[in-house]
Amino acid sequence: METMRVQDVTPNDLPWKIRYDASRCTLCGSCVSACSFRAIEAKVERRRMVFSESELPEPKARFSAVPVIRQVKSVKNYCRGCGICEKVCPNDAIRPERNPDTRHPIVTRCLGGDSIKRGGRKNLESTVRTLDKIRVGRISQMTDPSLDAQRHTFDLLAPFGRILPPQKLPLGVGPEGLLRTEGSTPPVRWIYPVVIGDMSIGALSWRMWEAVAMATAYLNEECGLPVRMCSGEGGVPVRLLKSRYLKYMILQIASGHFGWNRIAKAMPHMIEDPAGVLIKIGQGAKPGDGGLLMAQKVAEHIQAIRGVPKADLLSPPNHQGLYSIEESVQKMFLSFNAAFKFRVPVAIKVAASSTSVSVFNNLVRDPYNIVGGFFLDGIDGGTGAAHEVSLDHTGHPIVSKLRDCYLAAVAQGRQGQIPLWAAGGLGKTGDLAADAFKMIALGANGVFSGKLILQMAGCVGNDQGRCNACNTGLCPVGITTQEPPLVHRLDPERVAQNIVNYFLAMDTELKKLMAPIGNSSLPVGRSDALVATDRAVADKLQIQYVC
Amino acid sequence: MCRIGAIKSLDFVHPSMALQLMQSQQKGHDNSGFAMVMHDLGGIFENYKKLPTLSMAATDEGVRLAEDILHEAGFQRVLQWVPETNPQPGLDINAMPNYVFETFDYPKHLRNGEKKEQEDLLLDMRLKLREALEPNEEGFVYSFWPDVVTLKEIGDPRDIGTYFNLWQPDDKFTARVITAQCRQNTNYDIVRYAAHPFHLQGYTALANGENTFYLKNVEFQRKLHRGYIGFESDSQCFLYTLHYVHHELGWPLRYYKHVVTPLPFEEIEQREDREQLKAIRQSLAHLEINGPNTIIGVLPDHSMFTCCDAKKLRPVVIGRDEKTVVISSEVCGINEVLPERDWETDIYPNEREIVAIGNDLEVQRWKQ
Repeated sequence: METMRVQDVTPNDLPWKIRYDASRCTLCGSCVSACSFRAIEAKVERRRMVFSESELPEPKARFSAVPVIRQVKSVKNYCRGCGICEKVCPNDAIRPERNPDTRHPIVTRCLGGDSIKRGGRKNLESTVRTLDKIRVGRISQMTDPSLDAQRHTFDLLAPFGRILPPQKLPLGVGPEGLLRTEGSTPPVRWIYPVVIGDMSIGALSWRMWEAVAMATAYLNEECGLPVRMCSGEGGVPVRLLKSRYLKYMILQIASGHFGWNRIAKAMPHMIEDPAGVLIKIGQGAKPGDGGLLMAQKVAEHIQAIRGVPKADLLSPPNHQGLYSIEESVQKMFLSFNAAFKFRVPVAIKVAASSTSVSVFNNLVRDPYNIVGGFFLDGIDGGTGAAHEVSLDHTGHPIVSKLRDCYLAAVAQGRQGQIPLWAAGGLGKTGDLAADAFKMIALGANGVFSGKLILQMAGCVGNDQGRCNACNTGLCPVGITTQEPPLVHRLDPERVAQNIVNYFLAMDTELKKLMAPIGNSSLPVGRSDALVATDRAVADKLQIQYVC
Repeated sequence: MCRIGAIKSLDFVHPSMALQLMQSQQKGHDNSGFAMVMHDLGGIFENYKKLPTLSMAATDEGVRLAEDILHEAGFQRVLQWVPETNPQPGLDINAMPNYVFETFDYPKHLRNGEKKEQEDLLLDMRLKLREALEPNEEGFVYSFWPDVVTLKEIGDPRDIGTYFNLWQPDDKFTARVITAQCRQNTNYDIVRYAAHPFHLQGYTALANGENTFYLKNVEFQRKLHRGYIGFESDSQCFLYTLHYVHHELGWPLRYYKHVVTPLPFEEIEQREDREQLKAIRQSLAHLEINGPNTIIGVLPDHSMFTCCDAKKLRPVVIGRDEKTVVISSEVCGINEVLPERDWETDIYPNEREIVAIGNDLEVQRWKQ
């Protein structure tokens, strides 16, 4: 017998094991062809069958070659647990099964000598989420009746843009005793309190990105929900830049400035202003890290939009030439405000950090009143590609940080002047309305969400290590890939329909949460509407503890 | 639940009329107290309209402390009126030892000073007195303002009326504007300061309702003005917003309604003044009320107004005759004090208007 080699990779070293039932398999090959990771293959097994044809045992052996489906034993082409094989199998003959004894984190590093990269969210098991320890506990009854979610009208809108303190409003009293404007104010857009988070065309397939844009337009034009979508760093198709739908897009600029050459060139041809500009400084899923688009995803159209060769595209961790908060205000904000002649609000997106309040304080005190939003992204946010160590171990939870920023504003009497937008794992349980509502009551003006949008589209990834292969360009459902055969798996119209329906459901649910607390406009900062079932959470967030 | 009422008359009226107005509504409140603010004073205060009157309930020590502080600041007492009390056994009243209504002349250097300087000083003095008397509950300082007196006490309004001899009309203690409310009880504690009407620099407000944005209001108002303190009742927020919009920002009264119950965005977009309305809604988002309520307010010029929440969940009615306008939570109160009026001219304000009553009793309805 050959000596066993313990270092060889076998399926029980990998995070997922393929469970295969040869007796049910028709050998149609669907699973093998559908597995974008090439984690399964058709093989021939040598089988030995012992039998006896007489009344007394006279064993004979028969050998046969049997075609089967086998798991690939490799740390490169390993099973991600996406379950596409199961989805396509006509006979339920194959499925991935989670391997609790996986040695993958060790084996991969030992064999590759490189850090592990993946997409998705933080995968570390944690306790019950903070937001799930909070309930909407202040119910209007008796003297302050609840509203009727079906009958009353609700103002579900949130500001995007810099809001002046009341004493600085350029309002004077005219001859007829009416207020008139005697100066200019920064642009403010009132939009739906859930923004579709920044995911670039590049990170997403062209079909996915288009589907999100389509859903956004439909929500605005047919459903009356002024939902805005952020482009992500990576530009926007020129056709969209020149169309009237641009008004629903928040254009993002990050440290790589990808796509801005085209945007700048399209400016003279724009017939609408964009909804806003979002300067991305950091991202909750991988704070301190820049963007990363692996070469395998830099397809021809991505090269065209971004003006780059086919290579790994790394956005630097910081904006070059931007060394202080003051500079960020003076240089970046001023230039982007000026670019659209001060008609378009400009906001900043940062990763939540122990220092977020300092940054926020500096921005809220800026005398130029041009920072039009503070987008704060927490550790549970998603990403298309990051080092796993960053994903799992760097970052700051969003809930308390958002609250800290709001209370910092309250302490200065400046709440609402820079709208607070929060993200980072919101909607992780599938229920974005509840998360959004709680964040709003804690002080957010609105929330933004990216990963959940992908899940609406059909992303099968989750936070227990399933799939998370957005970085590979091999997304099995055509969402985060530029491979044409994979992209074609995605039906953009059904994606758009799913997103639209989710937003409609969420809109109803938000009203169902506003009605019992008796509010017809968003209860921003109404922390008295919340109670916490956890003493530490209650203390930290300054809300009532209940048990 | 609160019941509120207000009387504005061309003639001076006695608080007995306010007691009658409120008495018939007693089933709607809990009879836990009586509070009133009188503006445009007659009787013994009529000749002192320009000078500030201190309204306070205090212990002997409290009175001494307050007078020392005022004298030290240069105020000189020109009038003192101590209501004759009638402490019969069995009255439901939680009385303080002294009720002080004293009118003072300004310190010499301010007698011909700027109005704003005088107003600031009066506010600062009231805050100082309140702070000095608060630790041991030596006293409660309700107002210190020219041509305004305040009386608040815990107990049954009927008995409070009896205690202060307020059921018997006389011409000593009268005013052209009286606002009153009969509930001392907050949802939490019984606190003297929690009873509305509240007064600040000539502005008075009282409300029947709930302020579901109380926390938002409080957190914002605390930083807006040094006089915005206490917050023992969610109705105080209505006064502070009134003071802020009208006094600090200098906006016409009609914009108060746009601040406390802003129009939905959809409606704002249809209007010519959308730019201004949006700016107001944006910058004053934390002063929105968004709960069921009716507010009655009095301005420093003694004009009066009322408005309701935008969902019209709280009632209010305005009745009038040639000489008097009465605002009341319930029409039975008006029937009591103006039985001969033409009830067909009663006004039930809608959810989008302010009804303002000028000093000539002209009633104006401003649509938001």
